[in-house]
Amino acid sequence: MKNYQLVIIGGGPAGLAAALKAKENGLKKILVLERDRYLGGILQQCIHNGFGLEYFKEELTGPEYASRFIEKIKTQDIEYKTETMVIGISNNENWSLDNKKTNKSNIENKDFKNIIAINREDGLLNIKANAVILAMGCRERTREAIRIPGTRPAGVFSAGTAQRYINIEGYMPGKDVIVLGSGDIGMIMARRMTLEGAEVKAVLEIMPYSSGLMRNKVQCLDDFDIPLKLSHTITEIKGKDRVESVIISEVDENLNPIDGADEDIECDTILFSVGLIPENELSRDLGVKIDKITNGPVVDEYRMTSIKGVFACGNVLHVHDLVDYVSTEAEIAVNAAEKYINKELKERENPIDLIPEKNVQYIVPQYIKYHDLNRKFVNLFFRVEKPLNNVNILILDQDNNLINSYKKDIVHPSEMLKIVLTKKDFKKVLDKIRISVIKEGSESFVSN
Amino acid sequence: MKCDILIIGGGVVGTAIARELSRYNLEIVLLEKEDDVAMGSSKANSGIVHAGYNSPADTLKARLNVKANPQFDKLCADLDVPFKRIGSLVIAFNEDELKQLKWEKENGEKLGIKGLKILSRDELLEKEPNLNPKAKYGLYAPSAGIVSSYELTIALADNAVINGGKVMLETEVRDIIEEKGRIQGVKTNTGDFYASYVINAAGLFADEIANYSNDTKIEYSLRKGEYHLYDKNWGNFVTHILFPTPSKVSKGILITPTVHGNLMIGPNAEETKDKKDLSTSKVALNEVFESAKKLVPDLKRLDIINSFSGIRAKEKSNDFIIAASKGLEGLINVAGIQSPGLSAAPAIAEMLLDILHEYNHELKRDIDLSFKKNFKETLTPKKRLYRTDYYNWQEIIAENPDFAEIVCRCEKVSKGEIIHAINRPVPATSIDAVKRRTRTGTGRCQGGFCQPRVLEILAKELNISPLKVSKKGKGSCLLFARTKEMLLSKMAGEKL
Repeated sequence: MKNYQLVIIGGGPAGLAAALKAKENGLKKILVLERDRYLGGILQQCIHNGFGLEYFKEELTGPEYASRFIEKIKTQDIEYKTETMVIGISNNENWSLDNKKTNKSNIENKDFKNIIAINREDGLLNIKANAVILAMGCRERTREAIRIPGTRPAGVFSAGTAQRYINIEGYMPGKDVIVLGSGDIGMIMARRMTLEGAEVKAVLEIMPYSSGLMRNKVQCLDDFDIPLKLSHTITEIKGKDRVESVIISEVDENLNPIDGADEDIECDTILFSVGLIPENELSRDLGVKIDKITNGPVVDEYRMTSIKGVFACGNVLHVHDLVDYVSTEAEIAVNAAEKYINKELKERENPIDLIPEKNVQYIVPQYIKYHDLNRKFVNLFFRVEKPLNNVNILILDQDNNLINSYKKDIVHPSEMLKIVLTKKDFKKVLDKIRISVIKEGSESFVSN
Repeated sequence: MKCDILIIGGGVVGTAIARELSRYNLEIVLLEKEDDVAMGSSKANSGIVHAGYNSPADTLKARLNVKANPQFDKLCADLDVPFKRIGSLVIAFNEDELKQLKWEKENGEKLGIKGLKILSRDELLEKEPNLNPKAKYGLYAPSAGIVSSYELTIALADNAVINGGKVMLETEVRDIIEEKGRIQGVKTNTGDFYASYVINAAGLFADEIANYSNDTKIEYSLRKGEYHLYDKNWGNFVTHILFPTPSKVSKGILITPTVHGNLMIGPNAEETKDKKDLSTSKVALNEVFESAKKLVPDLKRLDIINSFSGIRAKEKSNDFIIAASKGLEGLINVAGIQSPGLSAAPAIAEMLLDILHEYNHELKRDIDLSFKKNFKETLTPKKRLYRTDYYNWQEIIAENPDFAEIVCRCEKVSKGEIIHAINRPVPATSIDAVKRRTRTGTGRCQGGFCQPRVLEILAKELNISPLKVSKKGKGSCLLFARTKEMLLSKMAGEKL
């Protein structure tokens, strides 16, 4: 049995930033648990540049961005274990390796979380922590999950798996490639495979707009003459042993394939870049409440989940567009974890619910819970449902009074939006803040 | 190669026969054209051990099903294969369908099946709270169970090998060797095999082997069935095997928990001509979903983690054909093994032995049908993290630290289990073969994270280049070249 003040689950960008901040804040016993062989998470296979513009004010590759943190972690003597898989987290103090009969029950212990993990060196580990930060990241949605019919040959990969094969393992998983999904990884992999001598025949996107960042569309597809076929999807995969071809089809406004608008394209490889899903298996087992839209934990402004002392940040909470925001979010969680450990958090009388309304998919955090006199502002992150030009972002209170509004030329689902709530904004708010994104000139929102 | 018994086909039937015959002092060789056993109908079916009331009492398939059903507890325990006797319910929504249930009950009782009972709506809903409340009656069969059909097939083959049998993978029969109306052996892609007896258990291809003889004409019609597999979140959604009231064509689209804790729905029944076409289609998969929803209306499209199809071969007699070939001496056909073939497999193997005894007496070929002294009936239980409580993992890890390296995070499969699978009597030599033995890649990420690790372990254990590691044997390699090689050859004007 080992005791720590803070245990961070996941050594990717969120976990690394959390560990460093915790050390900086003076927490004494910190432990990072990472299941892969190395720290850095998915950054290590993202060898392209574009990371760090916000956080470091310079442009870095993924491994460079990660190494800025990893080097400090090593020199500052922060304890971490790689190739270590967390099996379970419990808030029941009796749940341990020695006490075989106790299941994970709901008897909450105020001071400790119990963590069970496994690795080659230590075997099974039982760790106690005052606070836990969930930073497990996300996984890719699969071909099976979006139910693309056809055969099941070799040559169907998720874009991230292909990226690992090329950039970590050093092998090419395809020659003639079709990419389904214009998410960032899909577009980046289209370029990567082209640079390695493969032929990327097309990137298909079922929506009428690209689902990744504009800069990736320009730098990864346009610059390499890779066609982006909007409103297109794969309707069938063919090939017995290896992929032989795909049937692609144009889709109508309801995303259904249009009869006769299909085409058989020869290829040996299909990459799927059709969305990311926060990996919350451990969180669910622990009983953390999950938001149905983000697929991540429901959190307050300090990134504390529905279970006291358990915080979440990074892609396990909601899928971010930029790693820089992940690092910032991890720091928010750590500052709060420290306050939690020192019992300095003061709850408001009424929590303020943050409610996504017109053209807003979700808002993180989902509510504001604490009373903090020293705090100057609270950042809210959200995504829109569909792209719009010339919009007003409206922030309304429980009675539909306008608290504040912002103009924006363009909003896009691929881009995370941030607004800052200041002390002044809170004045009239009792228990609700609503956010809507509407086209300029259509301000029929005022209900009275 | 020369042996006593040549078995064509490594499905559940072929391997059950191999295992049964390996009790005797016989040299047995099993030929399988794919890179693993269980590659045909034995890997893509409902995984049900039927109670046996469905088929008319005078059919061979009914008799063998009922005979084999009680054997599964011991067989699966001996071979360390997951099996659960969870019981089945056939659901009727009206009085007409009730008639069919009554027939099934009567038919089942004629066959000696115990515990069959017609349940009322209330009794049904008590057993299955998620069942459609419009259900009126149900036929309960406590002896029905679920099994992992591919793991059973692999275990039967492993056990046969441990007892001296040989399993030749990627060995495809191309022709038979015939002399004076007798089968002497077969020609394959890897050479000729000679035997005193040839057992044709070639599944979907058994008609082609049988029809080398002019006398026996086996006529297949093929039906494809598609399935959806759900995430483990849905594992407790139903606790019995639920069937609709069957039609003339099939038992209908069922919904069942799997032995691994998933939920499975399917199959539909589409006529097909192509034995090798295992593709799924949007129309069929929708049909499966909509039909399953009639039984359990709260089913969602969400959380489907895999879809697949299997083909079953129905012989024109609509029964199993298990008999010595009339036209070709020395050949024994086991054909038309559609449902309940899995449920009947142990009894099919026993029947085959009876036929062999009789036939050998008649033909007096030189084979030794006496018991082997050292037959080993059991397989050593495999150490598996996923079915061991975590607090007992310590013992497994202490013995072999490879078990502390988790490779598949969704299903909690360790490196130790993968290495073990690669070194079993019938070795796993491809990604999918490892998957069937260990569950790597069967979870919600479908191998997104673990596939590169499994590939690396396979390459190391088999001592081959990662470029040679395949998904499922020949022609299905995952990787084409080292990075930069493709670019360099492209620059040199070559195409890899």
